Amino acid sequence: MSVAPAFARAREEGRAALVGYLPAGFPSVAGGIEALRVLVDAGCDVIEVGLPYSDPVMDGPTVQAAAQQALDGGVRTSDVLRTVEAVAATGTPTVVMTYWNPVERYGVERFAADLASAGGAGLITPDLTPDSGSGWVEAADRHDLDKIFLVAPSSTDERLAMTTSACRGFVYATAVMGVTGARATTSDLAPPLVARTREVTDLPIGVGLGVSTGAQAAEIAAYADGVIVGSALVRVLLDHPDDPPAGVRRLAQLTTELAEGVRRGGALRGDLARA
Amino acid sequence: MTGFDADERGWFGDFGGRFMPEALVAALDELTVAWQEAMADPAFVAEFEAVLRDYAGVPSRLYDATRFAEHAGCRILLKREDLNHTGAHKIRNVMGQALLTKRMGKTRVIAETGAGQHGVASATAAAYFGLDCTVYMGSVDTRRQALNVARMNLLGATVVPVDSGSATLKDAINEALRDWVASVDHTAYLFGTAAGPHPFPSMVRDFTRGIGDEARAQCLELTGRLPDAVAACVGGGSNAIGLFTAFLDDPEVAIHGYEAGGDGVDTGRHAATIVAGDSGVLHGARTYVLQDDDGQTIESHSISAGLDYPGVGPQHAHLAASGRATYHPVTDAEAMDALALLSRTEGIIPAIESAHALAGALRLAKELAAEKGPEATILVNLSGRGDKDMGTAIEWFGLDGAAAPTGGEGDVS
Repeated sequence: MSVAPAFARAREEGRAALVGYLPAGFPSVAGGIEALRVLVDAGCDVIEVGLPYSDPVMDGPTVQAAAQQALDGGVRTSDVLRTVEAVAATGTPTVVMTYWNPVERYGVERFAADLASAGGAGLITPDLTPDSGSGWVEAADRHDLDKIFLVAPSSTDERLAMTTSACRGFVYATAVMGVTGARATTSDLAPPLVARTREVTDLPIGVGLGVSTGAQAAEIAAYADGVIVGSALVRVLLDHPDDPPAGVRRLAQLTTELAEGVRRGGALRGDLARA
Repeated sequence: MTGFDADERGWFGDFGGRFMPEALVAALDELTVAWQEAMADPAFVAEFEAVLRDYAGVPSRLYDATRFAEHAGCRILLKREDLNHTGAHKIRNVMGQALLTKRMGKTRVIAETGAGQHGVASATAAAYFGLDCTVYMGSVDTRRQALNVARMNLLGATVVPVDSGSATLKDAINEALRDWVASVDHTAYLFGTAAGPHPFPSMVRDFTRGIGDEARAQCLELTGRLPDAVAACVGGGSNAIGLFTAFLDDPEVAIHGYEAGGDGVDTGRHAATIVAGDSGVLHGARTYVLQDDDGQTIESHSISAGLDYPGVGPQHAHLAASGRATYHPVTDAEAMDALALLSRTEGIIPAIESAHALAGALRLAKELAAEKGPEATILVNLSGRGDKDMGTAIEWFGLDGAAAPTGGEGDVS
């Protein structure tokens, strides 16, 4: 499996792909699967399933709170894989976003094998760079999985080349120097990062960190191949703890708004190209 | 350097390395270069030594603890890091890192702290060098250690309570890393122990290794030979690696690290990471970690806040795996008995952290004396003083009443 066909289809349609994130097990394993399917139905092209971890150094308060709730609820790594299987069954490419230690503990080879057999497309690794010497690149290649590493505004040109050459699927460009979380304005660091990244790779480039509205999605879709949204979706569910149906409705609304955003942004990109 | 040192990418055998967000890699690379250049610059090294000498009271003395030794059965030498400015070995590390921060042209430092000792040391170094200082501290700890919060405030630092996760040291590290990702262009992270991603384990070791370098020379001068064993407590492991480094290439010197055994390793309530943990990745390095079957970090427990950490420096992991050093657990009760004994026999109230090393040395002394006779010598790192631990001591020993601590000599009149 790979996310490549989803990005290719979006490109054919002259737009960016919408990548939606929620942690597994939040608010429960079944509830998490249901929420992720809502993202699929409302227009996400790629799904990111978060693996809740006790020490998430790249996450802001929103994702931390959801992950903690999932861990308090007893979510296991096997539940994450079960979630992937249920979401991937919709036909929408599904990747796991995880800190490294849970994979190492599960067994790198075993994790790759079980993720592949669950129908997962690959892994996003926020605290693992390709030069860490983790064995992930080799295991992912053996099991035909995408390797999605992060690039940052602080990445040197040399590191951009090294990192993107190890990526498969897409490249995750972090729009800001900071952790996950919705921000009022889009980053002025993202466009130059995407431009620098394009110089060293032909892979699609997704931009994440801080995206929460359709307007922001449109703005990013004008220059990136993917718009990644996490905290804003998590926030919707956190804000409806006592009324899950209302949360799910609002989740669908926001996803629809974001899906429209990536299409508007694509049109904008077309205008720019013609200008 | 020794065969136990890291390679250029920070790997100590199978341990260490760098498992960090890409956003911080450029800063870690920059820090690595700056640290290596500084250590090769005689002017930097001279300034570091001068600051430690004139401001921090280093070199600390090596003290022949003869009355304590009567209870041990062999000779016990104490490296008196408790007499350093701010009361522990930690001043060496923060003065080194803060001096490097100045050299790199950064204006702000951040730090994590558990009980507050590294936070106080960082705030001290920031005041000395005129740097802005923010200290992250678990909210559970800010309540338990209000006095240290006040000390940091008085020194001009901002203390940020951390509520996430277990609201203790490991979460304070997470929050400091989150700050650093967003502030790395003007901020240095003064990491408090010889753990974390490359270059921190090697850099912190370089700044603390004076402990062992001094002690080795002092021991030769005092006794005419090397000690039979060296002993230190191990949480993250900065005081221990600072002592051990000078002796790694002396195969005749046994090296012993003592981890916090809490209520006992078999109870599950402990911080004995090497003894009872498994290989994993925490806070940027592969090392031994207290973790569950899914790789989630397990909360550690120790009466000593400075040892209450579910990871350990990767060089210690390597020294354990290679067999060069041996690590053992010491329970809360054993440590507190040793604390009382040193207080009663020598008039030195040690930090509870250091009391773990003392308790370990008492155990080790029995074996060494049996093997080599009473002339056998153990050099123990007395890494800190116990003033900060009086609240715990009052509770543990029931000191507010007529009751006296046990484990020492009976008559104190």
